[in-house]
Amino acid sequence: MSDKIIYLDNNATTRVDDKVLESMLPYLKEEYANPSSMYDFAKKSSDAIKEARVKVRDFVNAENEKEIIFTSCGSESANTGIRGVLGMHKDKRHIITTKVEHPCVLNVYKMLEKQGYKVDYIGVNSAGELDLEQLSEAINDDTALVSVMYANNETGVINPIEKISQIIKSKNQNTKFYVDAVQVAGKIPIDVQACGVDMLGISGHKFHAPKGVGVLYVNSKTIITPLIIGGHQERGKRAGTENVPYIVGIGTACERAQEFLRYEATEVKRLRDKLENGILKNIYNARLNTGVANRVPNTSNIGFEYVEGELILLHLSDKGICASSGSACTSGSLEPSHVLRAMNVPFTAIHGSIRFSLSKYTTEKDIDYVNSVMPGIIEKIRNLSPYQDELAELKRRKTL
Amino acid sequence: MWDYSEKVMDHYRNPRNVGKIDDADAIGNAGSLTCGDQLKIYLKIKDGVVTDAKFQTFGCGSAVASSSILTEMIIGKTVEEVRKITNKDIADELGGLPPEKMHCSVMGYEALEDALKGYVDKDEIDTAYDEINKPKTEEKIICTCFGVTENLIWDAIKQNGLKTVEEVTNYTKAGGACGKCKSAIQDIIDTYYHKEKKDKAEEKSSLSPAQKILKISSIIDNKISPELQKDGGDITLVDIDGNSVFVKLRGRCSGCKNSTLTLKAFVESTLKDAVDKNIEVVEVN
Repeated sequence: MSDKIIYLDNNATTRVDDKVLESMLPYLKEEYANPSSMYDFAKKSSDAIKEARVKVRDFVNAENEKEIIFTSCGSESANTGIRGVLGMHKDKRHIITTKVEHPCVLNVYKMLEKQGYKVDYIGVNSAGELDLEQLSEAINDDTALVSVMYANNETGVINPIEKISQIIKSKNQNTKFYVDAVQVAGKIPIDVQACGVDMLGISGHKFHAPKGVGVLYVNSKTIITPLIIGGHQERGKRAGTENVPYIVGIGTACERAQEFLRYEATEVKRLRDKLENGILKNIYNARLNTGVANRVPNTSNIGFEYVEGELILLHLSDKGICASSGSACTSGSLEPSHVLRAMNVPFTAIHGSIRFSLSKYTTEKDIDYVNSVMPGIIEKIRNLSPYQDELAELKRRKTL
Repeated sequence: MWDYSEKVMDHYRNPRNVGKIDDADAIGNAGSLTCGDQLKIYLKIKDGVVTDAKFQTFGCGSAVASSSILTEMIIGKTVEEVRKITNKDIADELGGLPPEKMHCSVMGYEALEDALKGYVDKDEIDTAYDEINKPKTEEKIICTCFGVTENLIWDAIKQNGLKTVEEVTNYTKAGGACGKCKSAIQDIIDTYYHKEKKDKAEEKSSLSPAQKILKISSIIDNKISPELQKDGGDITLVDIDGNSVFVKLRGRCSGCKNSTLTLKAFVESTLKDAVDKNIEVVEVN
């Protein structure tokens, strides 16, 4: 185990920004009042929430801060939005989503299917891009909800949200649109009005706020029933005493993320491309699983043919490098990632697929180091493979 | 993060006996690329003793460690001794494996079995011919996703005392993908532990008809009815004819779409478990 950590797993979670932590501390210490209380002492925490709500409103470009609901995480945002809107439209029984959604959304639909909903799962092409034609054809009068992730957590592939919204509204004005935006917050600009989304969920810890806080945007035309019932907090849409320090934290994180969007699009992207090109150039059995698809700037999903992903991660970990894999072995499930399977990634590469995800904290030195050790690690694992002939053939073709 | 033992980590970091033996006396293969792990083992055998062993593995850390330690375990041993090695021995030698990773040790056992299946001593060449010419019996595949046979599942249950489908999945991968074979796996577990079950069943069906009626009535009153009442419903026993139990559902249950399901899944299984496995529940209006 190396002492130094090179963290390239920012789609899993991120480091808390120092400024975010600083902004939270007073509310973990002396400003502990319940924001619902009547005395003056509560004014500061109550104001802090208002301020954070405005920051989040600006971050996603919502029309009104009343459209912002604070939750505990991305999964809660998804559950509240999806189940809440269906609770208001009980006559409609059809839902459309994608085959590559995050489990926190996908498993909600699996459950709703058991409750009698008809759910269509839209597929993707080999680059991970959504089949918009199939989506358009699936919409009918009974469609209560369409739910599409903004960008995929494993591949980083961005879905054309504005276009999808137009398709939905042209087919059925009453169909609601939920967007799981957890993987784009802090990576590309979010504009809920321009994109025409009804509901959108984000999670703080994916963009340098701590774990334990999320946001659900619900536009003023969309009404939901609450998932957590109790007090009047969040205008009755999410009961429970406000998690003041964390709400302040996600507010600051939104502000910080907005400042860094340009850096993400230029510098983070440059480092991601450098890593990617280095690996693809120096390792003959590596392939880019997403091809030319439009992606968030920080994510790269690379398949290493005839070698297995968990073993790559273990060797990377020995060098202090953190990444993740779509391999079956890492998840405890026995099947490789549902995303890579939906993309029909060849079976020679699917088990050896590694996701690298960078952040504003990733340095040039980090990337140079990964690029310097990666060929050796893959070579070591390749030498174990029973597929020496196939590997030799792959090498021969690559050098041609 | 998996909880790997020091020994597992040592073996995937520094795998022993990696490679291929060109003039191997026995070669075994288990798993496949599509399944996510595969092991090939090569043996050199002289005078009934394994003199050398090498492996090639496509797989995770524990798959490589299982393969590597297996080669160390068998070099210098007689073929007879090697035939006795089980997956449990491999896992034990590694200082244990996480439950979800036990299938890696089974893969080692499988590859070894495969290698020795085809191997015969020169002295036994005649018996070997007989063996080869014997009509081959098709092995029954239970899990089509991972190509797991009934025999392998049976061996895993036997060697490791597995009791649940989940355990069988951890050890053999069977049932770990589409899950369609889970009931077939349950059947194999049931068959394996059949004797125990049979004894119990005999004990239960030895009730006299009067005792049986009393028992059914008491279970409905004390066990089933309170459960249904929790959901705002209730059940009344109307008649019993042999193994057919006629019941009436009241309250919320009768209008509820799931009433048939409630009947079949809950009432029937409760009565089957407690009284007689041949009981059938019939709803009357």
